[in-house]
Amino acid sequence: MNSDQKFLNDLIEGLKTNEERFGYPSCPCRLGTGVYEQDRDIICPCDYRDPDVLEYGVCYCSFFVNKKLFEAGQSIPIPERRPIEKSFPELNKKEVEEKLPELKTTERKLFYCKQCGYTVFREEPPYICPICKAKKEYFSEINLSILLKSK
Amino acid sequence: MVTVKVEGDKKEHKVLLYALSTCGWCKKTKELLKDNKVCFEYIDVDLLKADERKTILEDIHKRNVPIGFPVIIVDDTKVISGYQPEKIKEAIGL
Repeated sequence: MNSDQKFLNDLIEGLKTNEERFGYPSCPCRLGTGVYEQDRDIICPCDYRDPDVLEYGVCYCSFFVNKKLFEAGQSIPIPERRPIEKSFPELNKKEVEEKLPELKTTERKLFYCKQCGYTVFREEPPYICPICKAKKEYFSEINLSILLKSK
Repeated sequence: MVTVKVEGDKKEHKVLLYALSTCGWCKKTKELLKDNKVCFEYIDVDLLKADERKTILEDIHKRNVPIGFPVIIVDDTKVISGYQPEKIKEAIGL
C-alpha cells in the first residue's frame, strides 16, 4: 500500500464512504453507481489493479503500490484502464464501437498457484498469490476437458 | 447542481473542476489550486443526482477526454484530465 500516510488516509476515508453509501468499497477515484453489477469491476481491489501495478507500479487511485515505489515514497497518477462502456454505460453502444474500434473483449481463464493451489478466474494470474505470496510465474492455467461417457 | 466556489486572488481564468469527494487525486488538485490562490469552482460529481451525473459525464465525453477524475476545464476550452500539476499550472498561467 501507498507509503504516503496522508494520501493513504484520504483513500481509506474514501473507501469507507463508498462502503457506507453503496454497501461495498468501490474505488474512491472512480464514479460508483451503487448498482453492484455495474460496479463489480471497481470494487477494491479492482480488476485493473494487477495489470496497472505491473505496468506502472501503482494502481489507479494509488492505494496499492509496488515495492520500488513504496520504498521511494512515491505514487503517480496513471491513465484509466477501465473501458468507457463501464465508466459511462449510458453512452450509445454504437458510438462506442465507432469511436473505439480497437476495443476488444478479453476472455477470463482459470489459473491456479502451483505452490498452494489458490485458484482464480481472471484474464491473467495475479501479480502475487494472496495466500502464499508466490509470484505470478508460479501460476499455471487450468485447461478443462470434459469426457462424455455413453450409457 | 451543487457547484462549490472557492475564492482566490487569481481570477484571470475561469477554472472549473469536475471531482469526486472521495478521490485522493481530486483532493490534491483542489489543494494545488487553493495553495496557488486560484479562484475556481468545483463539482463533486459523486454527490449529484443520477440525471445531473449523466449531464457531467456527457460533457466530459464531448470534450474528448477519458472518463476519469479530476477533470480541469480552463476558460471552457482547455481541458486537463487527471492530476497533472505542470499542465494545470501552465493552463492558468502560473
